[in-house]
Amino acid sequence: MTTAAETSSDRSVLPITERYRLLGWLRRNLFSDAFNSILTLVALVFLFFVARNLLRWAFATAEWGVIPANFNLIMRGQYPATEAWRLWLVIYLLGAVVGVTWRLISGQFSGVARLLLTIPFFLMLIPFFSMGTRLNLFITAVASAAGYYIEGYLPIQRRGRAAVYFILAYLVIMLLLLRGVGAEDGPMPPVSPILWGGLLLSLLLAFFGITLSFPLGVALALGRQSQLPAIRVMSVIYIEFIRGVPLISLLFMGQVMLQLFLPDGFPLVDRVLRALVAITLFSAAYTAENVRGGLQSIPRGQYEAAQALGLSAYQSTINIILPQALRAVIPVLVGQFISLFKDTTLVALVGIFDLLGIARTILANPDWLGTHQEVYAIIAVLFWIFSYSMSYASRRLERRLGVGVR
Amino acid sequence: MSENETEGEIIICQDVCKWFGDFQALKDCSLRVKAQEVVVIIGPSGSGKSTFIRCINRLEEHQTGEIVVDGIPLTRDVRNIEQIRSETGMVFQQFNLFPHLTVLENITLAPIQVRKMKKEEAQDTAMSLLNRVGIPEQADKHPGQLSGGQQQRVAIARSLAMSPKIMLFDEPTSALDPEMIKEVLDVMQELAESGMTMLVVTHEMGFAREVADRIVFMDAGEIVEVGTPEHFFTNAQHDRTKLFLSQIL
Ligand SMILES: Nc1ncnc2c1ncn2[C@@H]1O[C@H](COP(=O)(O)OP(=O)(O)OP(=O)(O)O)[C@@H](O)[C@H]1O
Ligand SMILES: [Mg+2]
Repeated sequence: MTTAAETSSDRSVLPITERYRLLGWLRRNLFSDAFNSILTLVALVFLFFVARNLLRWAFATAEWGVIPANFNLIMRGQYPATEAWRLWLVIYLLGAVVGVTWRLISGQFSGVARLLLTIPFFLMLIPFFSMGTRLNLFITAVASAAGYYIEGYLPIQRRGRAAVYFILAYLVIMLLLLRGVGAEDGPMPPVSPILWGGLLLSLLLAFFGITLSFPLGVALALGRQSQLPAIRVMSVIYIEFIRGVPLISLLFMGQVMLQLFLPDGFPLVDRVLRALVAITLFSAAYTAENVRGGLQSIPRGQYEAAQALGLSAYQSTINIILPQALRAVIPVLVGQFISLFKDTTLVALVGIFDLLGIARTILANPDWLGTHQEVYAIIAVLFWIFSYSMSYASRRLERRLGVGVR
Repeated sequence: MSENETEGEIIICQDVCKWFGDFQALKDCSLRVKAQEVVVIIGPSGSGKSTFIRCINRLEEHQTGEIVVDGIPLTRDVRNIEQIRSETGMVFQQFNLFPHLTVLENITLAPIQVRKMKKEEAQDTAMSLLNRVGIPEQADKHPGQLSGGQQQRVAIARSLAMSPKIMLFDEPTSALDPEMIKEVLDVMQELAESGMTMLVVTHEMGFAREVADRIVFMDAGEIVEVGTPEHFFTNAQHDRTKLFLSQIL
């Protein structure tokens, strides 16, 4: 025995748990002592039963038929089927814009981007999709590849500006396509936002809620630090008022009270826009508080250095203070935006058919009685996919912007 | 500097007083600095040295007395303040570089924004300044990647990029490790020899003795004594000055 042990140590052979990394990992992390081992076993048993019941439900009990039957409703609500091509066009263009701007935003193409390109192909595998849907997904993939290819041909110094123009143009075109232009019997008849619904509406509410509330929030945060008492007081009152009120009550106020503040005949007639206003005003107050945290983290020396160089207050805010303050609060802001995305479900309570609202209409339909589990599970998965993508993207962005920060 | 006697005085401070609340940090400080003169300010901690030079570019506001910089009276008028600031460079103890910008961007920012200089021109100027302070190879790094001495030299280059007529230094070497002090002092000495008007708060007596035209001794918010280096180190008049010098020499 001794000789064997000696020879093995001479050959510097590690103990068996170290030789195989998996075993070593298991030992260190899950079975390091008796108590840990017991905890591990209990957790395993628990996980086993949960997983078994879940799988049994998913593959045996669940009536998934409700999802394909209502798929269009879940995706786009009451948006007319005859106009669905406009939505596909919006998606193609989205693919193209992602392709064009990808390298700039993520800083690289390989890896993640290829993964991103494969998403349409994975979606094509969903069994109940029609050939038309698959073709549309394929075109989307082609469009993003083309977008990426085109970006490679832009002169390097122009790429940043080009990306901004592409995104702005996309937003305008997207809204025109969704909303429609021209006569009722023209090629692109208007579709009232009341008819928009499902995932389409949830994403739009979240996107515009975020992009509109962000500048407002930054302005409020700066206003709160302003030298001018009137601006400071107004910002504080606004922020503190909004933060003291639940979103749902703002949504109801938006539906019934907004017209009190607007001139007669102001075209904020439809519910969806009113809800968007409420969401934006709500989110701006939270953005302001988060950005204020970033502003306070900037040392006084930065302001002084900017002043000593002769920069005006505006110039130093734009070039020195805000870039550092915003960078410091990216994680908090993204967290806030993710909860905003999830909070958009509250619009279901004021009669708007976002994902959750659509789920409730499907479940109210006698044909689909008793399918709550399936419908809510799918809604949850859809939310999770988008929320997780946002937090993943923010982590990448942080790492990319992390260069050179103290 | 007798040959400069004919040139005008570029900084005039007359009876400047400054209070922080009830505490008087500057008491009737008067000082006249001629163009191209190098004035070193010394004094014990808390004597008001920083406050005094920070009043000259309005990082602190004085309450009574008069400050005129290059013929521009320092008043509440924002245009005057911005004009004085763009003609006055300042170097801080803590460097205060902008951490989110590269070295080159740190230097070109103010010329582009304030002087409306073309980007290429600003970059050329910045590169020649980086050559002058001896670190052209660091242009594309971020400040966090540089040593303290290198950062302070970037800060000097950043101020010089505005082509200031006056440079203010507030203890530029106090935050540096000993082996880096010399590289910064060398740059400052070269700057002094090139004819820059400089106001320097420092504890580096070697620098004061060698480079200063005049030394100002401050204590408890007052300018106690002003004189040439020889005068100071051989023949100081006031007891407070003698006491201070005996403590640090
Ligand atoms: N913002 C402020 N508020 C209140 N008091 C201040 C402020 N800044 C400076 N003081 C006080 O004014 C006095 C002069 O300060 P100052 O920073 O000018 O001294 P200093 O001579 O530069 O000292 P050191 O050598 O330590 O830098 C000190 O007593 C200080 O406590
Ligand atoms: Mg000081």
